[in-house]
Amino acid sequence: MPEAPFLRPPEHARTYRYDAVDRAFLAQRIAEFRGQVQRRLAGELTEDEFKPLRLMNGLYLQLHAYMLRVAIPYGVLNATQLRQLAYVARRWDRGWGHFTTRQNIQFNWTKLIDTPEMLEALAAVDMHAIQTSGNCIRNTTTDEFAGAAPDEVADPRVYAEILRQWSSLHPEFTWLPRKFKIAVRGAEEDRIASRTHDVAVQLKRDAAGAVGFTIHVGGGMGRTPILAQPIFDFVPEAEFLRVMEAILRVYNALGQRENIYRARIKILVRDLGRDGFLDLVNAELARMPVEPYRLAPEIVQAIRAHFAPPPFAPANGGAAALERATAADADFADWVRLNTRPHRQPGYASAVISLKPVGGIPGDAMAEQMEAVAELAERHGFGELRVSHTQNLVLPHVQLKDLHALWQGLRAAGLGTANFGQGTDIIACPGLDYCALANARSIPISQQISERVDALDRAHGLGELQIKISGCINACGHHHVAHIGILGVDKHGAEAYQITLGGAPGNDAAIGELIGPSFSYDAVAGAVETILRTHIAQRQPGERFLDTYRRIGQAPFKEALYAAA
Amino acid sequence: MPLLEDGRLVPDAWVSATEDAPLPEGAVIMPLDRLEQAATRNAPLGVSIGNDVSVEALAPWLPRLSLVQVVVPKSKDGRAFSQIRALREYHGFAGEIRVAGHVIPDHYAMLLRCGASTVVVPDGADPAVWEASRHVVSIAYQHAQSAETPLALLRRKVA
Repeated sequence: MPEAPFLRPPEHARTYRYDAVDRAFLAQRIAEFRGQVQRRLAGELTEDEFKPLRLMNGLYLQLHAYMLRVAIPYGVLNATQLRQLAYVARRWDRGWGHFTTRQNIQFNWTKLIDTPEMLEALAAVDMHAIQTSGNCIRNTTTDEFAGAAPDEVADPRVYAEILRQWSSLHPEFTWLPRKFKIAVRGAEEDRIASRTHDVAVQLKRDAAGAVGFTIHVGGGMGRTPILAQPIFDFVPEAEFLRVMEAILRVYNALGQRENIYRARIKILVRDLGRDGFLDLVNAELARMPVEPYRLAPEIVQAIRAHFAPPPFAPANGGAAALERATAADADFADWVRLNTRPHRQPGYASAVISLKPVGGIPGDAMAEQMEAVAELAERHGFGELRVSHTQNLVLPHVQLKDLHALWQGLRAAGLGTANFGQGTDIIACPGLDYCALANARSIPISQQISERVDALDRAHGLGELQIKISGCINACGHHHVAHIGILGVDKHGAEAYQITLGGAPGNDAAIGELIGPSFSYDAVAGAVETILRTHIAQRQPGERFLDTYRRIGQAPFKEALYAAA
Repeated sequence: MPLLEDGRLVPDAWVSATEDAPLPEGAVIMPLDRLEQAATRNAPLGVSIGNDVSVEALAPWLPRLSLVQVVVPKSKDGRAFSQIRALREYHGFAGEIRVAGHVIPDHYAMLLRCGASTVVVPDGADPAVWEASRHVVSIAYQHAQSAETPLALLRRKVA
């Protein structure tokens, strides 16, 4: 058997490195889409027939223009690719892009006629928009600290890439009842909002050190928020894709198709019950042949080689240099405290680049900023980048001794905000400024709240706080699992905002509870301030907002918000 | 309506039974609930099912059937893909699997990979469009039921 080039990727590829077959596949897919556009223009495809085809190629029709959503598989990106995204933003959009909670990027001002050219520019750096929309298996998401986090038992990127290949133009699962989102994590700590996904995978190791998977199924947000339920405790590695096939087979056959709001797998699992659903999955597994679906160790090994660690340098007193720099500069010390995370390699840290300047638009980056980040990633981080589900960027491997230079470079590009995981690190959907589905604006609300929260934080110190804003009940802004969640609704033709409290996305996942009647566009930021002032008045030492809320319940917040009325 | 096989229009040897009319001679496609009426005849037997029917319901009939037709109500409804794959993979059905209803050329390659044999296409359909659509993406990362791609999962990389 001749050795395929696939088996010999570069020592440190930074991303999954395409081979000739992957590139040919991408070129064919673009040719297919070009043909579909032509058939639509020639009237050979109806709009109803064309719509799912265009969605599966990442092209949405929004309020003012088409939007092209580009896949960033499991949020992993290299500097060359980020530069190309900057080029696309400048050449075919208005000079910026919007990073999403799905670890993707959206260009909001796309012209239909430009899309094949845009896709070709992306393909030149092994990027695409395949299955970023539509009723199919979407981009698999994972931990932005994958391959760097000290608490990781195995690298989730390896299995996310396996899922990417397996789910790309899957012959059986491309016309599902509704979209299907899978998240994979390699650590016990849940940094990826696992249980809000259709399927959540957690990597584990057995006593012998072999990799297996804990599987949750049936999570989702939207108008019926449900947290995923555990169905398998430890699926052996070889069975990984068999189990995924079985879950999808049950869903494809039995998921509702009449009502779009009841079509996600969460409704099927809820209606059948966790046990009833599991029985059906097991019935599929009992009938399914083993060999064709076996994930062979040599495949896993070949893909793992793409994610080999970069050539780390010895620690060489980096910690001492960092200590001197933080002692000399309080702003830098704040940034290090909030925006860096420990690394498994001594002398290194992971650095979060906040895309949440106070009063800014969450997740937006100008082309110049993307280029600046690409440059900094090459200089200080092996050219490797991540997009987080919180709409920030991450340099996963930075030497401690380089953090100060990195921070200065980020500040020069307007990207030095120290707020990762803080109240101003708001998740927000594009809302009524762009989206055809939205009932209300998200962006200006986010900007107003950001400024008020920043002022409170400076005066009182708020600590970890998750505020998330969705412009409609589809919940793209994850408001259900926010400490303070804001949902835009339409109230007699006017924008109004409901507030939920006490939600959380991680190991203590919970759906937030509605606090009371909605607030007007002009009143909602003030309401958030009232909630936070109540927290400040009631908190015990060291308590975050979520802790205070869980201890004292809704009543004091309700009182503060509505008593005057 | 024209019948597409292997990218070409082919003559159709089958006749569909119509409500209330006497059964036609020769190979006939029956609705599931009337299958019994034609089962004892000495002629090839086919059945037509909706895409909401579990193929388990056909299991007792499969040894007698030469053709199963699945009718797709809407192009975006993908249940037929699982039915077809189950017929081949779970039941080892070796007869003709025909897809009718709202099928578009963009389904064709995937239907074949799931194990379909033929597609009933609209009158006037250009088989060249279907043939082009079938071949435009020639690479696949998944296991398929069709014999032309016997490689298992992701093995196209390492075989």
